[in-house]
Amino acid sequence: MTGSPRPVAADPVSAPRSPARGFPLGTLAYAALVAVAVFLAATTPFSGYVLNILMQAATYAIAVIGLTVVLGLCGQINLAQAAFFGIGAYAVGLGTVDLGISFWLCLPIGLVLALILGAVLGASTLRLGGHYLAMVTISFQQILTLIMINWIPVTHGPDGVPNIKRPGLFTDGQSYLALCVLVLAAVAYAVWRMPKTRLGRAMRAVRDNELAAGVTGIDIYRTKVMAFAIGALLAGLGGGLFAGSFTYISPDQFSFAESVVFLTMALLGGVGSPVGAVIGTGLLILIPEWLRFLKEIPGLYLAIYGLAVILIVVFMPEGIWGFLGDQVKRLRPRKAAPRAQDLTLTQDAATAAPVLEVEGLSKHFGGLKAVDEVSFTVTRGGIHALIGPNGSGKTTTLNVLSGLYTPTGGRLRLNGRDITRFAPHQRAGSGLGRTFQNIRLFRSMSALENVVIGAERPGNGIVAHDRASLEARARAALAFVGLEARADEPISSFSYGHQRLVEIARALAGNPVLLLLDEPAAGLNSSEKVALTALLRRMAAKGLTILIIDHDMTLVSDVASHITVLNFGRRIADGVTATVLREPAVIEAYLGQESTEGPGAGLKTDLAPA
Amino acid sequence: MDLILQLLFTGIGIGAVYALVALGFVLIFRATNVVNFAQGEFSMVAAFLMVVFAVDLQWPYWLSFLLAIGGMALLGALFNLGVYYPLRHRTYLPVIISTIGASIFLANTTLALYGPQPQVLPPVFETQGFLVGPVFLDTQYLLIIAVTAVLVAFQYWFFEHTLIGKKLQATSQDKEMAALLGIPVAGMIMLTFVYSAVLGGIAGILVAPVLFVSIQMGATIALKAFAATIIGGFGDVTGAIIGGLALGIIETFGAAYISVPYKDAFAFIVLVAFLALRPQGIFGERIAEKA
Repeated sequence: MTGSPRPVAADPVSAPRSPARGFPLGTLAYAALVAVAVFLAATTPFSGYVLNILMQAATYAIAVIGLTVVLGLCGQINLAQAAFFGIGAYAVGLGTVDLGISFWLCLPIGLVLALILGAVLGASTLRLGGHYLAMVTISFQQILTLIMINWIPVTHGPDGVPNIKRPGLFTDGQSYLALCVLVLAAVAYAVWRMPKTRLGRAMRAVRDNELAAGVTGIDIYRTKVMAFAIGALLAGLGGGLFAGSFTYISPDQFSFAESVVFLTMALLGGVGSPVGAVIGTGLLILIPEWLRFLKEIPGLYLAIYGLAVILIVVFMPEGIWGFLGDQVKRLRPRKAAPRAQDLTLTQDAATAAPVLEVEGLSKHFGGLKAVDEVSFTVTRGGIHALIGPNGSGKTTTLNVLSGLYTPTGGRLRLNGRDITRFAPHQRAGSGLGRTFQNIRLFRSMSALENVVIGAERPGNGIVAHDRASLEARARAALAFVGLEARADEPISSFSYGHQRLVEIARALAGNPVLLLLDEPAAGLNSSEKVALTALLRRMAAKGLTILIIDHDMTLVSDVASHITVLNFGRRIADGVTATVLREPAVIEAYLGQESTEGPGAGLKTDLAPA
Repeated sequence: MDLILQLLFTGIGIGAVYALVALGFVLIFRATNVVNFAQGEFSMVAAFLMVVFAVDLQWPYWLSFLLAIGGMALLGALFNLGVYYPLRHRTYLPVIISTIGASIFLANTTLALYGPQPQVLPPVFETQGFLVGPVFLDTQYLLIIAVTAVLVAFQYWFFEHTLIGKKLQATSQDKEMAALLGIPVAGMIMLTFVYSAVLGGIAGILVAPVLFVSIQMGATIALKAFAATIIGGFGDVTGAIIGGLALGIIETFGAAYISVPYKDAFAFIVLVAFLALRPQGIFGERIAEKA
């Protein structure tokens, strides 16, 4: 493993959690490992052939780690990694050869170019689905290759750029290799730590579930563009170093085929971690060297890569490192969790305005008026229910409230602030929390990580946004719903009812001004419903304002103090629970006809067994 | 003016090819919700099969055509079984990556078997074309336009007026419900892949005498066809046809009046312009995930 450091020492789970201040033990071990690797790279007398292979591996690995960020963490595809690699390489090549600029100036120029082009390309496409991104990056790759070949006065065309200069201190191969290894080690470390940072968590959340990411306050689009730009930047960095290492570049080194090679490397090693990137790069640079005869038949080598991509995706989706990592995780003893604090939900009582004012809200789908001029007000504290028969517009209203649909007309005010035109994450930032009828959690994460993302809600002033405070807050929220002991388990191990509680805890951790619950009782069994009722009461007792949508009349009439009833998209009743449930229009909406019983018989008793 | 008419004719001819490949895209997308990035390779493989049968082996054109189409049907079936079917319960990303892998595999296997030299497939008719007024009508382009028109008409009839077409539509709209109604969903998806491969194959065979038969033709055609689906509106059949024709015309005029080496870049520019200004395309509606 000489020359290619493997950051195995940085333990992903225990290191960041160690309470000691300063550098965690894992980081120190990693730094020592890197020092050894750099020393070996600088001093071992490699042959020119080995040196070339090692330099290629180190510079390629940096670009492949770029794919770890964009594809592994954020779930966005980039098939133009070789183009960005080429931008870095050509910046160094043309800069040092034609313009006589210093390597140290050319490299950052290449990085900035790659970053800007990556950001522009991402910004123009990332609002749309992944298919577009795949095709647009392929197109970009083709265009860039066309430019490299045809814009001869600037790029030297197919002949390429020879005699590229290395920087002053690193003119010989050994020291230049040491430089590449050092940069690779730094990049690998940064990306290794990334999943536990705010941006990294946001990327994983976007990858796992975009809708849920939005309503927990993550700016989806910005997160994707950043991931894409960082991926491009790392490719540019790798490319700049690559130009220096081979001192000759030509367009065929940065073609679509090379983008495919990068992708295969990332997938083979494991796209979820920089370790996987290093493993994949190492293997796919070494294997072709061992099997040189394959290169004698043009196409065969890439045909095997193509086949490998299919086989890996089908049979080993996590790659080599992902597969090994799972085995390691299974062996690791579970640590005792710190005791959770009591959950505080503080409401800013300074403003006297109602929590939510809905004025003349409409949402039309073509000719269908799903929500038609609905107005109601949610006052501070307590539980407000929005009910109505199937198709009455409840869920549409909720989706308009949380910003997933743009309203056709009307106004929304949260805490007196107009949020009608806000995107979902901006509404979350203003204090709106929500859960989904069909649970939307971040499935690759533990319960705790899910709830930490909730605690990280922008505008959540109750908790300092550092790791310890956020985790303490998340544990408190999990304790509040009774799942503290299982905080570190993956989401997939939770039952349906418990997943619903995790989703509620995620919203609670963000200390929302208003919590929207979309049919929280759906799919729960009767004992879970009883527990949910108690939980709702405890939440209300903490002073939280809740807007609940549900069919379950028993639940609604038990917990809600105020009810708004919708039918055919219109508001047909609004008021105190007991009164509303006796209104003839409400009874008719639910039963389809006048109640045959006496005026004393309300809806609650009619539907109680449901 | 004469030049404009001439370019318009050529543009429509080449656009018809894009439209055919785009139709294949759209059909698979509607049936499986994934974009098949190997769609262009279907055209490339079919063109190479024609070269093998009609040029190398000197078999009659019609027999070669039938064999090539049979080969494409087989390829479509294998493609479904190897590339899509094992991943049908996963998200779109692994499927995209898998089809990209397949595209690279097909292109480079062809390269390994046949070498990098571009091949020539002679046109169907001996007469190269004839003048109508000032415009020279190339017989191969006329054939492309005619075959495309027939295939589009056939497809309309097939989807709207046959039971199996209705079943295919039901499958693409709601797989679970279709399965509950007794429609063999797996079979319908298989049929879609086979039909799309044949469609892509016909496009490749039609365009082969106009372009060179090369390993790169698949990627180029796929890129244009994808741009065509976006211009027309993703998932919309009419949109794919209009988008394909529009792109063919834009490209032909761009090459004549702006730049030949960057001819392939026009599709990309139009694509980005549409993505920025009207991502739902001409006919499409904005697709939103339901909460």
